[in-house]
Amino acid sequence: MLTILFYLSATVAIIATFMVITRYHAVHALLYLVVSFLAIAMIFFTIGAPFIAALEVIIYAGAIMTLFIFVIMMFSLGTSTINQEKIWLTPKTWLGPSILTFILLVQFILIIIEDGNQASTFEVIEPKDVGLSLFTKYLLGVELSGMLLLAGIVGAYHLGKRKKNVLHRYLKMGKNNG
Amino acid sequence: MDSISMETGFIIAGILFTLGLTGVMIRRNLIFVLMSIEIMLNAAGLAFVFAGSFWNQADGQVMFIFILAVAAAEVSVGLALIILIFQKFKTLDIDQLSKMKG
Amino acid sequence: MQIFIELIVLLPFLGFLILSFFGKYLGKKAISATAVGSVGLSALFTIILGVKLLNEPDTALFASLWTWFDIAGFNPQIAFYVDSLSVVFVFVITFVGFLIHLYSAEFMVDDDGYARFFAYMNLFVGSMLILVLADNLLLLYLGWEGVGLSSFLLIGFWYKEPENAAAARKAFIVTRVGDTAMAIGLFMLVYHFNTLDIQVLLNNIPGQWEVDNPLATATALLLLGGAVGKSAQLPLQTWLPDAMAGPSPVSALIHAATMVTAGVYLIARMNVLFIQSPVTMTVISIIGATTLLVAGLSALAQYDIKKVLAYSTISQIGYMFLALGVGAWSAAIFHFMIHAFFKALLFLGAGAIIMALHHEHNMFKMGGLRKKLPLTFWTFLIGSASLAALPLITAGFYSKDQILWYVWAGEHGSTWLWLAALTGALITAIYTFRMIFITFYGEQKTVVHQKPGALIKIPLIVLAVLSLLGGFIDLPHNFGNFDLFSRFVTYTLPGIEIEGENLEWILQTISAGVALFGVYLAYLFYLKKIPMYNNISAKLPGLKKFLLLGWNFDGLYNRIFVVPIFTMARINKRDFIDYIYTGIANLGLFFNSVLSKTQTGNVRWYIMGITFGAIALITIMFTL
Repeated sequence: MLTILFYLSATVAIIATFMVITRYHAVHALLYLVVSFLAIAMIFFTIGAPFIAALEVIIYAGAIMTLFIFVIMMFSLGTSTINQEKIWLTPKTWLGPSILTFILLVQFILIIIEDGNQASTFEVIEPKDVGLSLFTKYLLGVELSGMLLLAGIVGAYHLGKRKKNVLHRYLKMGKNNG
Repeated sequence: MDSISMETGFIIAGILFTLGLTGVMIRRNLIFVLMSIEIMLNAAGLAFVFAGSFWNQADGQVMFIFILAVAAAEVSVGLALIILIFQKFKTLDIDQLSKMKG
Repeated sequence: MQIFIELIVLLPFLGFLILSFFGKYLGKKAISATAVGSVGLSALFTIILGVKLLNEPDTALFASLWTWFDIAGFNPQIAFYVDSLSVVFVFVITFVGFLIHLYSAEFMVDDDGYARFFAYMNLFVGSMLILVLADNLLLLYLGWEGVGLSSFLLIGFWYKEPENAAAARKAFIVTRVGDTAMAIGLFMLVYHFNTLDIQVLLNNIPGQWEVDNPLATATALLLLGGAVGKSAQLPLQTWLPDAMAGPSPVSALIHAATMVTAGVYLIARMNVLFIQSPVTMTVISIIGATTLLVAGLSALAQYDIKKVLAYSTISQIGYMFLALGVGAWSAAIFHFMIHAFFKALLFLGAGAIIMALHHEHNMFKMGGLRKKLPLTFWTFLIGSASLAALPLITAGFYSKDQILWYVWAGEHGSTWLWLAALTGALITAIYTFRMIFITFYGEQKTVVHQKPGALIKIPLIVLAVLSLLGGFIDLPHNFGNFDLFSRFVTYTLPGIEIEGENLEWILQTISAGVALFGVYLAYLFYLKKIPMYNNISAKLPGLKKFLLLGWNFDGLYNRIFVVPIFTMARINKRDFIDYIYTGIANLGLFFNSVLSKTQTGNVRWYIMGITFGAIALITIMFTL
């Protein structure tokens, strides 16, 4: 049962991701991305990581994607953008990179298959274990992530501020230099 | 429940990663590029969780939490920068932003 | 006695040093007194030496200063050796030099470089004295180079004109070619004999090298190369006509009387070596004969009075070489002495004319100076008569006739050489009196600005007297056989065998007749101006130009040497060795231009690069 769910959600995730990168309209792509994330959360759930599944939905699909959508709505991209995207996304554009990444994927798969096939049962890992590990073994990482998020907050705030135009005092005075 | 082999998981993560890489390379709109980067991050995290579950340890999930934090910070700063770029250059074409050429 | 020898050499150098360092502080009278005085004192001491040697002609005086260096047994000394040959040369150098210095005291009085001029002149006299008094060939070479340097400095004395500097450079470089040959000859001598001491060499050469030894021939030919360069014979004669760019006293002293005879001295001094190589002797006589004809014919077409005298010098030294080549050693030296007298006189006279006419060199612009410059005219006439070897009264007749006689009658002489010399005598007479008639007769074309003063007139008079009376010290055999000179030098120079003594009368008559005929031809062409002359000269403008350019040796050398080198330099202007260095730089630039195209500033391009790299890395890592 879980296996079928696993493969199903994997398929959904892959198809949704493919749709993300081929849409013309930004909001469509973002919505497909949300679907992809939800499917991935399902995958997490089937392999015994419920905490992570919850985090994926809450933070990734919930916060980050929402942020994306708001920013795009702020730009108010119209039909001109969509036409522009149509022009940009020609077969000439995507043929080369697709071949490259396909080769990369093939190499990747070959490497993975090379090792022996080991199936194992997945046991559920409780949030409690995650929390314990996080705050004892990886405490330093937590602190560092905290600092990183602080930097992110300050940076985003500063960049988003409306600035007044500041002229150098020489330019302001309107005198000739020299 | 039947067991899922680890290779399947990694293959799925690999497919998602390469899809994201393709997206970065073929889209010219900055938003799409950022979206594709998110896909790549997510795929990497997926690989971590798979590995952690295989060994029945919490470490994979811890790693995913860190990746999540990084992605969040990066998205916020990146979107702020995109807003500034749009205000300055009036375009979101990534090919126009090539002042560092040569 | 030793001190006199040293003083003779050192006094001119002292003069040179004083004038170099303190010249700008001294007044004109002090400068000329120093210079003329030093050479004059040398002349005085020479007289003392000469008297001693005349009393004991088979001895030699020797003065050694110090050992120059000592390497592997080769130890040349700074030492001076005076025998009858060198004392003749020293007498000419100091005495004629003294007269010329006296002349220059007035001639150069208006020049700013008065002190510099006399410094260089003293340097020259000192170097020439070292050359003739050296007791080994290395010291001789030092003097040789010293006179070359002084010649360069004095030809280019008015260096602010580029032609003068070019003429000085040409003189130096052409003689350098000869000097290099001579240096190689000296190396060969050192290699085989481990010494360059002249007397030792003269003793040892016949023992070690038999006649016609190829080594002897090679060494002799190399030394001949040096002599040819310094004495302006074919093929290195191109520098002497250009050297007339220097002041007239310089031309008189260096390029008439002394430096150009250094080659003659060298060959006479090393006579033993040349005798061991009859091939070289033949070469010397052929060079002498051809040079005297080539130069004589060139003198016929010149219009600059000093160039006529320059070509005449080349021609007369050709006579000396011819005499040396047939083995008439004493005749060559005798002709050298007499030639020094009349040629210096002619140059000084030409200088006086040029100065009087305010630096007019072109003969055809002169004329009618017979009445205006009487003393100059009479002395110039005496000098020209001596040059043309007018019979019986002039010294030139006796010396040139001696050469002609030995060329005919000597054991190495030949009829062809005699004919060449006789033709040369005819041509000499023609061009000499051409010069006289154009310059002094006819209507006056340029006004005389200033007449020469006493200091110019005295040397002219003295030299004129010598040109007349100097020949009487060595009369031919059939005039009484008064061979004071030949006997004097025969202790150092070998004698000459004669075949057929009876014909001397006939030969003398022929040469006298030829000289007078030449004067008559010049009279017809240039004084009476018969129409035949105009016909000839109008029909052959090409020949006239060819002779004017001195048979265009300059053009020939330009074509053979200068043009190929310039062409190669032009081809190699890019310098193919530089290609290697610039090639490396260009390679770097090429890679830069290629690689900088990969920096497009386009993010998608960079990510494609990363993907490429990832693929490549994985391939490498997992296939190895």
